[in-house]
Amino acid sequence: MRPFTYSRAASVEDAARTAASTQGARFIAGGTNLLDLMKLQIETPTHLIDVNHLGLDRIEPTAEGGLRIGALVRNTDLAADKAVRRDYAVLSRALLAGASGQLRNKATTGGNLLQRTRCPYFYDTRMPCNKRKPGSGCGALKGMSRSLAILGTSDACIAQHPSDMAVALRLLDAQVDTVGADGGRRSIPIADFHLLPGETPHIENALKPGELITSVTLPKPLGGTHVYRKVRDRTSYAFALVSVAAVFEKDGRARFAFGGIGAKPWRTDAADAAAPSGAAAVAEAALSGARPTAHNAFKQQLTARTLASLYRQKGA
Amino acid sequence: MPEPLTRRGLLQGSAAAAAAIPVLGDAQAAAPARPQRQKEQAQMSAVGLTVNGREVHLQLDPRTTLLDALREHLHLTGTKKGCDHGQCGACTVIVEGRRINSCLTLAVMHEGDHVTTIEGLGTPEKLHPMQRAFITHDGYQCGYCTPGQICSAVAVLEEIEAGIPSHATEDLDRVAFSEGEVRERMSGNICRCAAYPNIVAAIREVAGHGTAEDKA
Ligand SMILES: Cc1cc2nc3c(=O)[nH]c(=O)nc-3n(C[C@H](O)[C@H](O)[C@H](O)COP(=O)(O)OP(=O)(O)OC[C@H]3O[C@@H](n4cnc5c(N)ncnc54)[C@H](O)[C@@H]3O)c2cc1C
Ligand code: SF4
Ligand code: FES
Ligand code: FES
Repeated sequence: MRPFTYSRAASVEDAARTAASTQGARFIAGGTNLLDLMKLQIETPTHLIDVNHLGLDRIEPTAEGGLRIGALVRNTDLAADKAVRRDYAVLSRALLAGASGQLRNKATTGGNLLQRTRCPYFYDTRMPCNKRKPGSGCGALKGMSRSLAILGTSDACIAQHPSDMAVALRLLDAQVDTVGADGGRRSIPIADFHLLPGETPHIENALKPGELITSVTLPKPLGGTHVYRKVRDRTSYAFALVSVAAVFEKDGRARFAFGGIGAKPWRTDAADAAAPSGAAAVAEAALSGARPTAHNAFKQQLTARTLASLYRQKGA
Repeated sequence: MPEPLTRRGLLQGSAAAAAAIPVLGDAQAAAPARPQRQKEQAQMSAVGLTVNGREVHLQLDPRTTLLDALREHLHLTGTKKGCDHGQCGACTVIVEGRRINSCLTLAVMHEGDHVTTIEGLGTPEKLHPMQRAFITHDGYQCGYCTPGQICSAVAVLEEIEAGIPSHATEDLDRVAFSEGEVRERMSGNICRCAAYPNIVAAIREVAGHGTAEDKA
């Protein structure tokens, strides 16, 4: 790790102000992604602002009948929360499908949303990578791309978004609540929070410099049957090759979001609209515009089969 | 059995060197007495922790992970460094009652925290029930992953007791002990010797499910 200084933020406003005005500053929450990347010198902050002691670790109902989840709520606590288990089970399921018990005890809601890709070339500092080093090229395009994305990619970057939690939040139409360097507050719809790579794969989200996530807000419960199905190389403790989050209604309607296949958590209106026509129709709609490589073309069939399996399970 | 020195030499010449070298490298990075290191240190931070019931005060480079603070500064070498990247669980310790990977957290972030390591769970004279069960059931071969496995296992039983669900839990509102639950919850602890069946048997015994029932 490169040397850095460390401080604890006194308030959310102080955290955002300090982050914006200090060269090389970063927030640290659970540290499970940031420290991993700092050890490899992929991330090289010169100042860390610890945001663990700002009271952002609460889950509370909103006036609108939804739920406000503090940015520092640990993945374990969010998955185990009574209201989440009852009303947003897809979120519990997605969280529990991710990482390990130890990691979930540290990982936070905000940090999980901002975790960076697991593209092997992003992690290998000897290789070109436009995300890690803008303009250096993309090692994955003609390399080993088995785990990478087939949707939302560009010629500059085909990295997948690795989060399970974010797929469930996308399904649930969550809002990301922030405080900016000037103390101003805003809410960003999850659909607009993660950015597609385009020509600038190093810019991954809508946050401005210094902007701190304070909470994630869920709208009122959808009802229906909640499922999260993750397909990976091991039964546990592995990132998704393909994952599907879904809420099925009794009348045949449903909504879907996908992990492992998109440059960001993936959701389309067309896939939701195809729900009554069955799994194959949903898969076709969801995968429209896919740009697979020879290595990851299998993800199309895997997505279709995962959907088929969910439909069968739901009928059972 | 080869002598430790021979073994180390052997390791460095093999594919396993990838795992061995970072251990040495980071030990140096964390050693406070290295003059050239000290020069580039931006700031030393004071940290107070309670480790295995004992209060300790350290002056640390903020880069020091909790794992390096335990091993290199407090000489509690029971906690192991496998990958240093959250991928193996060898560094698992219990902080404020929860198991975490001590390699992916900074010591300075734990001011005032209570840390329990394998040394704090029990001693050779007075073993923790989980330590005893690992011995009874041969829950290890080389033993490198074992301190992490045992810390994790102790916390896993508490998590089940507290009703915290897992990926293996069918009904999120009804958390109960089963072999499937143990396997899923222990997946963050990798054992290169693949002592898994015996580890599961040890945990079953401590949970009071020593027989063949509750297979999931
Ligand atoms: C071995 C391993 C396996 C894993 N497997 C999975 C998996 O299967 N599925 C999965 O989804 N994830 C997985 N993860 C990733 C894990 O979920 C993330 O590391 C974790 O969620 C990150 O949260 P954190 O609080 O530790 O973030 P940190 O590491 O503290 O921060 C991550 C980033 O977010 C920024 N940040 C943190 N909080 C805020 C905030 N409030 N406002 C603004 N910026 C903020 C930080 O500056 C940093 O850039 C795995 C990780 C490891 C190491
Ligand atoms: S796919 Fe993206 S992250 Fe991977 S090497 Fe290419 S630019 Fe880097
Ligand atoms: S050493 Fe911490 S998980 Fe491997
Ligand atoms: S006993 Fe050797 S790694 Fe587990």
